[in-house]
This record gives sequence, structure tokens and C-alpha cells, in this order.
Amino acid sequence: MMDLIAQLAWGPGGWGDELAAGTLLTVSLALATLPFGLAIGLLIAVAKTSGEKSLQTAANVYTTIFRGLPELLTLLIVYYGGQIVLQRIFALFTDAYVEVNGFVAGMVALGLVFSAFASEVFASAFRGIPAGQPEAAQALGMTRWQAFRLVTLPQLIRLSIGGLSNLWLILLKETSLVSVIALNDLLRNTNVAVGSTKQPLFFYSVALAIYLVLSLISAKGLGAVEAHVKRGEQRTA
Amino acid sequence: MSDTTVQIIEARTPPPETIRKWTVSRIVGTALCGVWIALGVGLVWSLYSAFDPDVFFKYMPRMADGLIITIKLVVFSIVLGGLLAIPMAFARMSKSDIIRGCAFGYVYFFRGTPLLGQMFLMYYGAGQFVDQLQSVGLWWFFRDAYNCVLLTFVLNTTAYQAEIYKTAIESIPRGQHEAAESLGLKKGLTFWKIIFPQAMITALRPLGNEIILMIKGSAVASLVTVFDLMGATKLAFSRTFDFNVYLWAAIVYFSIVETLRRTWDWLEERLTRHLVR
Repeated sequence: MMDLIAQLAWGPGGWGDELAAGTLLTVSLALATLPFGLAIGLLIAVAKTSGEKSLQTAANVYTTIFRGLPELLTLLIVYYGGQIVLQRIFALFTDAYVEVNGFVAGMVALGLVFSAFASEVFASAFRGIPAGQPEAAQALGMTRWQAFRLVTLPQLIRLSIGGLSNLWLILLKETSLVSVIALNDLLRNTNVAVGSTKQPLFFYSVALAIYLVLSLISAKGLGAVEAHVKRGEQRTA
Repeated sequence: MSDTTVQIIEARTPPPETIRKWTVSRIVGTALCGVWIALGVGLVWSLYSAFDPDVFFKYMPRMADGLIITIKLVVFSIVLGGLLAIPMAFARMSKSDIIRGCAFGYVYFFRGTPLLGQMFLMYYGAGQFVDQLQSVGLWWFFRDAYNCVLLTFVLNTTAYQAEIYKTAIESIPRGQHEAAESLGLKKGLTFWKIIFPQAMITALRPLGNEIILMIKGSAVASLVTVFDLMGATKLAFSRTFDFNVYLWAAIVYFSIVETLRRTWDWLEERLTRHLVR
């Protein structure tokens, strides 16, 4: 047992620093995906709840596609397909070889899936805010943007925080898929460690424990955020 | 007042037809719909123009076999996981701290870690114990990647389904239990005839989502040499570098998920029609 723990040592003799670097990449990939996913998800939710039929249709097609494909397949299509498309575009100007950055490909693929699910959360939150509120705000002389920022948005956050927390936890776990496109995330570095030490049980257990700790910290943090945004809510019973 | 004449309201012209103005949102919406149509046409064109009959007829049978494996994986894991999930849901609601704690730990572990990692742990971890597994006569099971994947999926979906059943059972008001008890019904009978049917209706929607998640999640089986639909697709791509195979796979997965989603919507509407006021 002690010699197993010694394998986690920092530096060239152990795998501790590799696992830490992988964890860092996993977390930064998830954090980098989040703002794009949220922004696109919000835009699509606005389109879904707008009165305009064509906008609704376009938004629903987006959600249907990216909710219906396996995340792994979306990732591979973005990675290899992006490569082909970029190659063709670049071939028009230069004959240099372009390579799709794995991190960006992962961010795009995870962002597409995340935003599709987030748009559903936001859309149902929008439906939970009575139309009279932004109307009343505009009647008081606010601009549409002010009404959105000061009246709708704070309530939107409160109504969607629960759903978004779940999506974040899913995103954190889904980052493990990028290990298949040679991105050195936690799971891939673990694979490398296993390949070299032949200790799969130990190293995969350590990796899963790290994922578990990440989920635990996220859940705690998001719980605090949720309590903060809901502090104005009256408790029933 | 006797000379009141009947006045007929003269016919008026109908109100003018409202013309839908080209607002910004309509322009954007139409443009985006146009983009989707263009992408759809592009997809069909790409599949048609780069259609390679050699690749198609060589790998289509493999992909069909892969599809069968995917379906088998999903059906077995959902059914077996469902059977295990009911006792697990009860363990989650148990009065004993130890049983409840263990069940909570199980569910937390499987929901808090990536399925891909769980699968690697099972598949490669079992490989580390060849001798021990051989001595207890279980090696034949773990030797096959398919069995390891199936076992991981069953354990994983058990955790998710247990949470679904627990939430559903807890959503049934206490009064239902009390009313049944005051009528003299036994505990088991109360559960099967009163609580369970109502809970299943609540569980229907999240259960549908779980099946869809499982179909999509089953694609990771391809990463431990199981030739499911995704595995067959990756094999075809690695041998031919024909990107279209991924698009075929995407169409197949998408059709399955979308068909299931629509069937499930219909099923839910049908089963809850007595609840509509």
C-alpha cells in the first residue's frame, strides 16, 4: 500500500504532478466552457420565448440536434469535421497545415451541448416570470434593456440556478471525454500513469476520487450561491 | 315610441389584414432558419457527393451489428438497473443510518464521477486481478469487455434510477399511506396498489430522460474495444478516413433519441390523461 502511495509523489519519480496538471486542465476546460455555454444558452432561450415563429423554430432545431447526439460523437465531429472544414478554408489562402486545437474543440463541443440544455433551463425560467413584470417596468419608463437587466434577470437567475447547478456537475464529468482527442486532462493523464505503472485499480480510484472531490466542492459552492440568490424568498410553512 | 324603425347596421368593410412587419427578430429568425436549411442541404449533399459504395457496403453491416449491441447494452442496463434501483431507493429511505449512509455513498459515487472513468476502473481494474478472478471462477465474465461495460452501466443507472424512484415515492402525500392504513390494507399491498402506480407516473419523465442519457452515454463503450454503433463507426473511420461515417452514425443516434423522446411524450400524455382537468 505504501509503495502505491509513493507513486503519487511529486516530480519525475511519481505521478502526483501529472494528476494535478490533469485536474487543472479538467477544471479550466469546464470553466472556459461555462461562459460561452451560458451566453449562447441565454440567447437561445430568448429566441425560444420570443413571439417570433421563425426564431422559435431556429432555436428549437438547435436544442433538438445537440440534445439528441451523444456527447462523444459531437466531440469527434467537431474535432475531425472542424479539421476538414478549416483545412479547406485555409487552403484558399495558404498551403500551411492547420491543426485544430484539442482544447478549443473540446470547448466548442461541450459548449454546444451545455448551451442546448441550458437554453431549456433558461426558457422555463423565463416562462416562470409573469409577462406583466417587464411590461410594468417599461410602463414606468425603463427601457427594454433596463427592464431586462433590473427586473427579469435577477429573477431569472433565481429560477434557473438549480437547473444550471446540475448542468455544471454534468459538464465537469463530461470533460473526461476530451481524453479521447489527446488532451491531457485528468483521465488521460491517469491512463498514461496506468500504462506505465500497471496499477489500474489504484490510479483510476484516485482519479475518480478527484472527480468526486471536484463535484463535492462544486455542489457546496453552488449551494451557497443558490442560498445567496434565494435569500429574498419567503419560506413557506 | 311606436314608430321606431328597425335600423339595419350597414355592412362595413372588414378590418385591414395585419401585415407581419419585417422586424429585426423576424429577419434574424428567418436568416437562422435559412442557415439550418443550408446546413441540412449541405449534410445531404456531403453524404451524396462523397458517397463511397465500397465503404458503405463494407461497413454498413458492421454498423448494423454495432447498433444491435448498443440497443442490447441500453435495454439490459436499464432493465437490470431498474430492478436493482427499487431496493436501492428503499435503502436510501431506510430508517437505519448505516443502510441509508451506504446507499447514499453508492449513489453519490456513481453520480459524482464520469461514466467513462467508472468503465476504465471496472475494465482495466478487473484485468489486474486475473489470478484471483480465475480462482473464484469469475474470469470468463470480466474477460469480455462487453460484460465489464454492461456491469458498469447497470451499476451506474441503478444509482440514477434509485434517485428517480426515491423522489417519486416521496412525492406521494403521506395522507395516501394513512388512508390505506386506516382502511386496514397491509404495507405491501399499499405499496404495490396505491403508492407504486402513482409514483411511476411521477417517475415517467425523469425515467425517459435517463434512458436517453443511457443511449447517448453508451457511446463511451467504444473506448474499451466494444464494437457498439460508435465502436464500428470509429473502426470504419480509422480504416477509411471517410468523415461521412460519423455523419451516418450521428443520423442513426439522432433518429433513435428523437423517436424515443416523441414516443415517451406520447406515452406520458396517454398515461396521464385522467389527471388532466
